[in-house]
Amino acid sequence: MTLAPPRPGARVKVRGVIGEPAPREDAVPKVKGEFQYASDLWREGMLHGATLRSPYPFARIRKVDVSAAAKLPGVRAVLTQDDVPGKKTYGLMDRDDQPVLADGYVRFVGEPVAVVAADTIEQARAATKAIVLEYEVLEPTFDPIAAIQPSAAKLHPKGNVLERVRILHGDPAAKADVVVEGEYEFAMQDQAALGPEAGLAIPREDGGVTLHVATQWLHEDLDQLAPCLGLPESKVRIVLSGVGGAFGAREDTSIQIHACLLALKTRRAVRMTYGREESFFGHVHRHPARLFYAHGATKKGELVFVRATIVLDGGAYASSSSAVVANAGSFAAGPYRVPNAVVDCVGARTNNPPTGAMRGFGAVQSCFAYEAQMDKLAKACGLDAVEIRMRNGLVEGDAIITSQPLVGSAPIAEIVRRCASLPLPETAAHRDQSELPGGHANVTRGEGVVRGVGYAVGFKNVCYSNGFDDFATARVRLFADAEGPLARVHTAAAEVGQGINTVQLQIARTELGIERVELETADTNVGSAGSSSASRQTWMTGHAVLQACREVRQELVRRAEREGLTLDRTDLADLLDRPIEKTVTYRHQDTEKRRPDGQSRGHVAFMFAAHRAVVDVDVETGLVKVVQVATAQDVGKAINPLGVIGQIEGGIAQGVGLAVMEELIVEKGRIRNASFTDYLIPTILDMPPVIADVIEHPHPDGPYGAKGVGEAPTISSTAAVVAAIRAATNRDLERVPVRPDDIVFGTSSRSGWRIAPGDDPRRAVRG
Amino acid sequence: MPPTIDRRGAALRGPSAVDVALEVNGERVVVHVPPRRTLLDALREQLGLTGTKKVCDEGTCGACTVLVDGRPVYSCLTLAIACENRRVETIEGLAKDGELHPVQRAFVDTDAFQCGFCTPGQVMSIVALLRTVPQPTEDDVKRAVAGNLCRCGAYPNIVAAGVSAGRRKRT
Repeated sequence: MTLAPPRPGARVKVRGVIGEPAPREDAVPKVKGEFQYASDLWREGMLHGATLRSPYPFARIRKVDVSAAAKLPGVRAVLTQDDVPGKKTYGLMDRDDQPVLADGYVRFVGEPVAVVAADTIEQARAATKAIVLEYEVLEPTFDPIAAIQPSAAKLHPKGNVLERVRILHGDPAAKADVVVEGEYEFAMQDQAALGPEAGLAIPREDGGVTLHVATQWLHEDLDQLAPCLGLPESKVRIVLSGVGGAFGAREDTSIQIHACLLALKTRRAVRMTYGREESFFGHVHRHPARLFYAHGATKKGELVFVRATIVLDGGAYASSSSAVVANAGSFAAGPYRVPNAVVDCVGARTNNPPTGAMRGFGAVQSCFAYEAQMDKLAKACGLDAVEIRMRNGLVEGDAIITSQPLVGSAPIAEIVRRCASLPLPETAAHRDQSELPGGHANVTRGEGVVRGVGYAVGFKNVCYSNGFDDFATARVRLFADAEGPLARVHTAAAEVGQGINTVQLQIARTELGIERVELETADTNVGSAGSSSASRQTWMTGHAVLQACREVRQELVRRAEREGLTLDRTDLADLLDRPIEKTVTYRHQDTEKRRPDGQSRGHVAFMFAAHRAVVDVDVETGLVKVVQVATAQDVGKAINPLGVIGQIEGGIAQGVGLAVMEELIVEKGRIRNASFTDYLIPTILDMPPVIADVIEHPHPDGPYGAKGVGEAPTISSTAAVVAAIRAATNRDLERVPVRPDDIVFGTSSRSGWRIAPGDDPRRAVRG
Repeated sequence: MPPTIDRRGAALRGPSAVDVALEVNGERVVVHVPPRRTLLDALREQLGLTGTKKVCDEGTCGACTVLVDGRPVYSCLTLAIACENRRVETIEGLAKDGELHPVQRAFVDTDAFQCGFCTPGQVMSIVALLRTVPQPTEDDVKRAVAGNLCRCGAYPNIVAAGVSAGRRKRT
């Protein structure tokens, strides 16, 4: 080996390392329209898949006849449950829960009953309509509290209680000078990713199948998919296609199993893409909830107890309800010092559409209620919203209601103070009609417009909890080509828009000290990265890439030493006559499983954010304009400051949407607004200016001190907006989203169930 | 090649598929389409121009925005046959000689997207704006993309991209 002479000080500054605002790795293809999303996939001669879905919320299937459909022109396959060659059920957390295709019963409107592959999408859709089905309609259950009563009809062989978490902390009978109570309702939000569920399944020569799909977790899909196809995992490869947003909705499978079944049956490539309406029926939503709360405090406003009963509507199938319930329970008291707590949190099975993961995952529902309670308490104690939060905020070393002490910074008082000190917007002059709440739709002159300011704080776990074996694998290969050293990073981390690809590149550049780093396509040819959820990818895949790079570097050091060289003074290419490849699987520290009293060190780490919302409310028309949202968030370390700001603003956009406009309206189990005409998400005119104070208190266990970022902005921004509307209107507003009627008429949203906060909701009384 | 006919004449064609001549990104193409086929489907499914996105397919999200004779339209609400002999510009036609269009460059530099699914539509809306308002204000940009949803909530950066693309063009 010939060695170039050492070049003292030759190391040039590497661009695109951690801490630098880095443009997205996929930016150029995305702006050119060249980036291939799952719904853009195309292959010569491919077939098109379509799904027949249940029109009923609960029914027995008496008869299925596909013979007429199968004879239609262009139709290549019509499959029902009988045609599933392997395991007949799947499920994100319970593999025995949800039928691949209806198993003799349908349990929600939109449940897949049969799938068709045909030469054109029109032919496939026509064939679904030609399938003859006879249903015996059964009595459905839509009220989640009714569904979990002992007398309720069983909707599924596994029963109607999807999960129950009871947390007992301190003295359950603690008494307090000041007590405030409330019942809250949280409606169904949709992730509403713009990219539809889509994928392309291609049969392989060896009898296996390759699936290109938009997903959040390739290996989880594989683990569910292969048994249903009756194939070993080695014969199924899943490749990440371009993902047009996820926000939790792609954690469950949608087209995955169906497209592969059709491809294997027809021996042809099959593409499935949901249309917009079908997308609303074909993915899980955020859990609606009923929350019954009591907070007790001293006269000075120091919390003495929190009691809460929370019922989440899981819909017809389990999805990730068990983990959502665990989160809603464990964060039920908020980021506050609470010596005594009783929390009873249940996930109910109903005949409503299934619910599962969405950004914030259980923490959003609780936050809406506990932050409303904190404001009530502040009022009762004569404190303001900032003071009560600073007085009760957790500090490092404090324990949450599961007795888990907080490691790393827990700067509640600091984020509240810093958020409160951010500049407020000017009072609106309403010179222009477009500045009024409702914009040009507002026909008043602004006589009824009142400004309000509200605060909220939230927290949530980063990474997976409760004893789950959470890991991420990274493979880093360093070699030299004609242009010098080049590193290739291969992980299965799903880039869904959050920016994990850029983070991986930044970490590799930082660790290896070279600028030329490329990413391999994420697929199942490398170990799992876990899901792009729970704000965990920067922590998990970030750690895995970091460690793999460090092992590569150690090998470089060894090679340099063997040659009698110092690494820092050597051209790396000279040490790379053979490539170096290292594969590392990172596991975070063990977490404990939940004990029967709900106590455990169940989480790895926490993220915190505070929000202040300023709103103008037209109290005559009930229209709301969110004027500004200010936030302070502890991110540990901003690996890509540009990406952090994007996550903060984007999370706030979704939080604002939930506060004032986003609701899937479900009547008798049927989604009534399955379109972007009727399910409203914020437009650019609804988006308030955001002022963000990004705080970097490094976490001892995060990569470079980083915590997760993506979920914290959605958790308390909704609660802050609603608090601001309450301040403007003096209405209680115990329901979210806040509707014009709620503002103008103060409409009650009580459930009609009597449940003492903290009591078991499975013993509820009507009236 | 079908004869050039006026738009009233186009309504009389069909009902089976007909050849329709379009100018797409400067090139003359002929697509064989049923009269009810949207411009969006003709672009995506027949011309392979998948940069234009199908999201709502009913004119509420703006992801399918293209320019027809220089005006931004929702291609999901525009029939291909109605564009006969008209000039269609899509996201694929913006970059010239390997150089990004100033609006595309501004989107990259200001991080004006996350998942990127709405980006082609956003970019086309702002390209149309800049042709009539070369140096737009924040409000101009907001109005121009008020019909383009972004679920990732990259709105503040989209505004910044639009304003900076205007400045960029001047220099």
